[in-house]
Amino acid sequence: MSTPLIELAPGRVGRLCAPSNGREIPRRLQDLGFVPGTEVVIRRRAPLGDPIEIEIRGYRLCLRCAQLDSLRVEVDSPVRSTS
Amino acid sequence: MSAAPAFATAGQIRLALVGSPNAGKTTLFNALTGSAARVGNYPGVTVERREGALVRATRDVRILDLPGTYSLEGETPDERIVGEVLGGRIANEPVPDALLVVADATTLQRGLGLVREVLKRGLPTLLVVTMIDEVKARGGRLDLMRLSRILGIHVVGVVGHRGVGIDQLRSFLEAPEGWPRRAALPPADDAAQRFAWVDRTCAEIGAGALDPDSRTDRIDRVLLHPVAGIAVFALVMILLFQSIFSWAVPAMDAIDGAFGTLGTLSHAWLPAGWVTDLWADGILAGVGSVLIFLPQILILFTFLHFLTDVGYMARAAFVVDRVMGWVGLQGRSFVPLLSCYACAVPGIMAARTIASPRERLATILVAPFMTCSARLPVYTLLIAAFVPATRLFGPIGVQGLTMFALYVLGALTALGSAALLNSTLLRGTISVFYMELPPYRMPTWRLMVRQVWGSAAAFVKRAGTIILAASIILWVLLNFPKAPEDPALSLEAQAQANVSASAAARLGRAIEPVIAPLGFDWKIGVGIVASLAAREVIVATLAQIYAVSDVEDYGGLRDAIVDDRNPVTGERVFTLPTALSLLVFFVFALQCTSTIVVMARETGSWKWPALAFSYMLGLAYLGSFVTYHASRALLGHA
Repeated sequence: MSTPLIELAPGRVGRLCAPSNGREIPRRLQDLGFVPGTEVVIRRRAPLGDPIEIEIRGYRLCLRCAQLDSLRVEVDSPVRSTS
Repeated sequence: MSAAPAFATAGQIRLALVGSPNAGKTTLFNALTGSAARVGNYPGVTVERREGALVRATRDVRILDLPGTYSLEGETPDERIVGEVLGGRIANEPVPDALLVVADATTLQRGLGLVREVLKRGLPTLLVVTMIDEVKARGGRLDLMRLSRILGIHVVGVVGHRGVGIDQLRSFLEAPEGWPRRAALPPADDAAQRFAWVDRTCAEIGAGALDPDSRTDRIDRVLLHPVAGIAVFALVMILLFQSIFSWAVPAMDAIDGAFGTLGTLSHAWLPAGWVTDLWADGILAGVGSVLIFLPQILILFTFLHFLTDVGYMARAAFVVDRVMGWVGLQGRSFVPLLSCYACAVPGIMAARTIASPRERLATILVAPFMTCSARLPVYTLLIAAFVPATRLFGPIGVQGLTMFALYVLGALTALGSAALLNSTLLRGTISVFYMELPPYRMPTWRLMVRQVWGSAAAFVKRAGTIILAASIILWVLLNFPKAPEDPALSLEAQAQANVSASAAARLGRAIEPVIAPLGFDWKIGVGIVASLAAREVIVATLAQIYAVSDVEDYGGLRDAIVDDRNPVTGERVFTLPTALSLLVFFVFALQCTSTIVVMARETGSWKWPALAFSYMLGLAYLGSFVTYHASRALLGHA
C-alpha cells in the first residue's frame, strides 16, 4: 500500500516508491537523493503547515508540499506478509 | 575523457572547490587562503566568483571557490556555473588543473552523490571530508582510508574552523601531479544508480545513521513550535527593527555632527569661493548624508550575520515561508526585505541568499518599496509640519499613525507588486525551493567581524562613489547660473535669488505643468528632481530654496514651508493635501541612485532597474494624484 509522502505521519518511516504511470521523480529531487527505495521521515511541519522538514539520507531538508505532490511512499507494516 | 592535465602556466596550479551548500566549503576556502579572496563576477551572469591563493605555499596555487551545488547539472545560474567551469565552457576561465570536492562527514549519504558526478569528469580530484569531529560526537565512525581505497583518490578529513587536517591537505595541494587517479567505478548514469552506489559505499565505510543532534532538536522544539515559534520570530524581528532605529541613533547623530562641524570649519578656514562651497555644501554634505546610514548598516549586518551563522536565519525563513509564498516570494525573501527598512542597498545585496532566480529577482525589484531610513527625514518634516499633533488615545497620536500608515502602505505595495510580477513578467522563470536547517552552532567571531566589515566597506564604496558624483552634479545645478549680485539684498534673500535663477529651478519650472495636478509647485519640483539622487536630499534642497541657513533646523524649515504663499494668489503653497500627496509620492517613487546602480549590478542588466524606476514613478504619480484630489474633496479645499 502506498500513500502520498505528504500524508505520512510525522516520525514514521516511509520508503519512496517508483512513481506509477510513467511519471518520474523531479530531477532536482533526484539530485538531492530522492530515488526509489530511499527511506524518508517527516520530522516536522512549519508552524503555518508548509513547508515540511524531511529527513532523508541522514540529513534534513525543508521542501514545500507542492513540490512533493508526485512522491508516494510505502509504509513498512508492522506485520510482514509473505506472498 | 579529457586529456592529461598540462599544468600549463609555469608553476601555477589552478584548483577549484566543488561542494554542496552547507558542506563547509567557505570555511575551508578561508582556512586555505587566509580568506584573502579576490571577488568578481562570471561574465554575463550575477554569480560571484571568488578566488584566493594558498597561503604559506612554496608554489603559486590558486583556489577557485565555485558556488555551492547539489549536482553538476543544476538549473539555477549558480549551479550551472559549476558545470560550465568544469567543462571549460566559460570564456577566460580555463578548466581547473585539479578539483577539491568537499563533502560534509555527517551527510555523506547525500554528499557522495556529487562526488560521484565530479569523478566522472576525469580531472585529478581530491576529496575533503569536513566536520569529522561531529561524526564522533554523534556516535558515528567513518573509515576514510577505506573510502580512499574505494574511490582511488586521496581523502582528507578536516575540521575547517579549527584547522585540523589543513596542513596535510596543504601539502597535497602543492603537488596535484602526484595525486592518484580515480579507481574504476561501476557505471552510474542516472541518480538512482548513483545513489545505489552511494548506499553501498556508505555501508562499507560505516557511514550510517548518526545519533540525532539532540541540542539542535531541543532548541527546535521551541523555536519551531506552532505558537512559541511564531512568537520568537516576531520577537527577533522586533529586536532587529528596534536595533536599527534606536541603537544606531547616537552614532548617527555623531556622524551627522562631525560632518556638520567639518562643513562649518571648511567655510571658516578655507578661502571663500565656489571651490569651498562645492567642497563643504556639495561633497561633504552629500557624502555625509550617506555615511550617516553606516551605523544602521553595521548593526543590521552584525545581526544578520550572527543570526545566519548561529543557524536561526534558516528557521526564520522556514517559519514565514508560507506567508511569503502567497505573493510568490520565499521565506528567504523576508530578511532582505526587512533589511530594506534600513536601506535598500544592503537589502538588495542580501537577496543573494535566495537560491531561486525567480524569487530573487522579485525580491530585488520590490525591495525599494520598503520604507528605508532615507524616507524618514522627509516623512518627519512633512508630518510635523502638516499633520495635527492630536492625541487619539494614550500615547498614540495622529502623527504617529500617519507614519505607521506610510510604512504599511510601502510594505503592502511591495507584496502586491511581487504578486503582480510573479503572475506577469516572471512567469516561467525557474523557481526552486529547498533549504536545510543547519545544526545550531556558535558563530566564529573572527569570521563574523570579517563579514560585517566586508559588507560595510562595500556599502561605503559603492554608495559613496555614486553619491559623491550625484552631490557634485546637484550642487552645480543648484548653484549655476547665479542671480546678479544685489548688495541691497540680505544674505538669505540673495541665496534665495540664486536658487531661483539656477538650472535646477529652470528644470523645476519646466516640469511644473506635469506635477501641478499633484498639488506641487516648482519648488517641490526642484526638490523631487534633486531627490532622484537620494530621497533625503529633498530636505537639504528645500532648505536651500527656502534659504533656511541650518539644514538640520527642522523647526525653521517647517515654519518656512508652512508660511510659504503663492506670490500671485496669496494662497498657501503647502496645504495638507499637498503634503499628503508628496508623502505618497515618496512612498512609491524610486528616488535613489545607489539603489538603481546596485539593482543593475545584482540583476546583471539595466533593464530591471529601468523597469522598476518607471513602474514606481507611474505608481507614485497615480498615487499622488488620487491622494491630492481625494483629500481636497474630503477636507473641503476644493
